[in-house]
Amino acid sequence: MKILVCISNVPDTTTKIAFSADNAAFNTAGVQFVINPYDEWYALVRALELKEAQGGNVTIIHVGAADSEATIRKGLAIGADDAVRIDAEPNDAFAVAEQIAAYANDKGFDLIMAGKETISYNGSMVGAMLAELMNLPYVSLATKLEVANGVATIEHDIDGGTEVLECALPLVLSANKGMAEQRIPNMKGIMSARTKPLTVVPAASADKLTSISNYTLSAGRVDCKYIDAAAPEQLIELLHTQAKVI
Amino acid sequence: MSVLIYTEIAKGKVKKSSLEAVNYGSRIAKQLNTTATAVVIGDADLADLGKAGATKVLKLKNDKLASLNGQYITAAIEQVATAENSSIIIFAHDFTGKEVAPRLAAKLKAGIVAGAVDNPTIAGDAFSVKKNVFSGKAVATYAITSAKKVISILPNSFPVELNGSAVEANDFAVNLDAVNSPIKVKEVKKVSGELNLPDAELVVSAGRGMKAPENWGMIEELAKELGAATACSRPVADMHWRPHHEHVGQTGVAIRPNLYIAIGISGAIQHLAGVNGSKTIVVINSDKDCPFFKSADYGIVGDAFEVVPKLIAAVKHFKANKN
Ligand SMILES: Cc1cc2nc3c(=O)[nH]c(=O)nc-3n(C[C@H](O)[C@H](O)[C@H](O)COP(=O)(O)OP(=O)(O)OC[C@H]3O[C@@H](n4cnc5c(N)ncnc54)[C@H](O)[C@@H]3O)c2cc1C
Ligand SMILES: Nc1ncnc2c1ncn2[C@@H]1O[C@H](COP(=O)(O)O)[C@@H](O)[C@H]1O
Repeated sequence: MKILVCISNVPDTTTKIAFSADNAAFNTAGVQFVINPYDEWYALVRALELKEAQGGNVTIIHVGAADSEATIRKGLAIGADDAVRIDAEPNDAFAVAEQIAAYANDKGFDLIMAGKETISYNGSMVGAMLAELMNLPYVSLATKLEVANGVATIEHDIDGGTEVLECALPLVLSANKGMAEQRIPNMKGIMSARTKPLTVVPAASADKLTSISNYTLSAGRVDCKYIDAAAPEQLIELLHTQAKVI
Repeated sequence: MSVLIYTEIAKGKVKKSSLEAVNYGSRIAKQLNTTATAVVIGDADLADLGKAGATKVLKLKNDKLASLNGQYITAAIEQVATAENSSIIIFAHDFTGKEVAPRLAAKLKAGIVAGAVDNPTIAGDAFSVKKNVFSGKAVATYAITSAKKVISILPNSFPVELNGSAVEANDFAVNLDAVNSPIKVKEVKKVSGELNLPDAELVVSAGRGMKAPENWGMIEELAKELGAATACSRPVADMHWRPHHEHVGQTGVAIRPNLYIAIGISGAIQHLAGVNGSKTIVVINSDKDCPFFKSADYGIVGDAFEVVPKLIAAVKHFKANKN
């Protein structure tokens, strides 16, 4: 089975977010970048489990500049066989999907996996767009994935519950929590990652349909109002009369 | 030109997130002096669509639409959008919205903003739309520069207004003969009886401070008395104290209820990322220096095992006196 896992490069979850003086750009100074957790813990690890059980090949693909190569190497250290970096700025979801589609179209992947969403821009879009551009079925927010005889059985989240689907390969899915558990790369993986193939592909032509003009930090909360632990009925009163939520 | 709004039915009613989308789309249609057309799959009392501002309602008809398959819905909406000459299409950023809105946007080469939290600023053909980024730590203003535009709106970000009047719903037959999805639905498991966490207006959540799964009785009782859904922190789900679908945060479900009560949760940044959109946050924690208090509106410093039973009694008392 040939599996393609789309990985994005995001600020580590504990990053303090800051912007340029004119608020037009994210300030990356001193920011530690990591593989987007949904792509790493869920999509990539499940892809590796399937490969280990059934044979095949796991390729990771990333659209981004050369400074994201440390993140790509981490994916190789976890166990991907090879990596592709498409040399384009990932600043619009549709353009990213077009880049990946242009690369993947004639490669015969059986399964293309994305994460549920990036924790930076929280779009949840690239997987669905990729499916449309490649004319493939798409399953969003998959929590379980099994593959047997060329057919995937997938559980995914829907309104008020879950749904079990069956779909002949090839297909695109986005991975959600539940699909696999985080894996920490071992020394052997880290060593071998250095010599695994990382192919850099020039950018294809793509359409940028949106752009970010401005950022603002979200307003924090005003000071917490403390209530005596012995008198929680005061909390209920405040929730009713002041916050008006009950 | 018109504005198209995709809506859905759940439990025999138009979904709340769909009504929010109709409100949103109708505000845009008013500003542009055009029709707000709500399209709906399924049958129910559709009066609310008109009340929420739709000036036209179309029921999409095709047997293939029974299972809410993204490939079919995308093709169906493309057909109505062409027939209605709609270049602006609105969704709720819910399960179907996440599956269909980007797919449709790619098909139409429409710029998309997923998870909008504010009405667009319209200047000629250019829209600016705000959405949360960095898991709620910041807000970004996106410019959509393409002629066609898709916007999905973050549920629970706008109050629902129903001050319009009902309009007649007409059938719209879509032709899906050319689309054949290989996806087959094998089983649907609805979480019955429980409140659906992403839709819940009140949420009671607990973390590792509860010490053991057998201590969740009081959490469930508090939730039940309030009519709230239950949630938990990630370690609690990882240790299988609680089911995975209750895990909220950066790597779990993101929620924005009116009230979030966090009990025995330290307030790690990854936890906050999934709950900081809540309107009101209450933190109950035995450690007065617990970081969650910095993100709380109301705090109680105390042992959950003493505070929660008192809180349950207080809720019961409040309910008894309200009626
Ligand atoms: C990439 C990444 C993603 C993550 N994603 C998530 C996520 O999505 N969601 C999430 O929740 N976490 C996530 N985490 C984990 C997160 O960093 C924290 O470890 C986790 O949220 C802590 O859970 P907790 O607050 O229940 O436990 P703890 O941090 O152990 O806190 C327990 C709290 O209970 C209090 N307490 C103890 N006894 C009592 C008592 N008797 N009464 C009242 N209070 C008491 C303590 O004072 C303490 O504040 C993620 C971590 C990483 C690295
Ligand atoms: N620059 C990128 N390169 C490769 N894959 C990406 C990139 N951006 C997003 N993705 C994939 O698309 C998923 C959803 O991203 P988004 O639509 O931006 O929330 C991510 O979890 C990744 O799997």
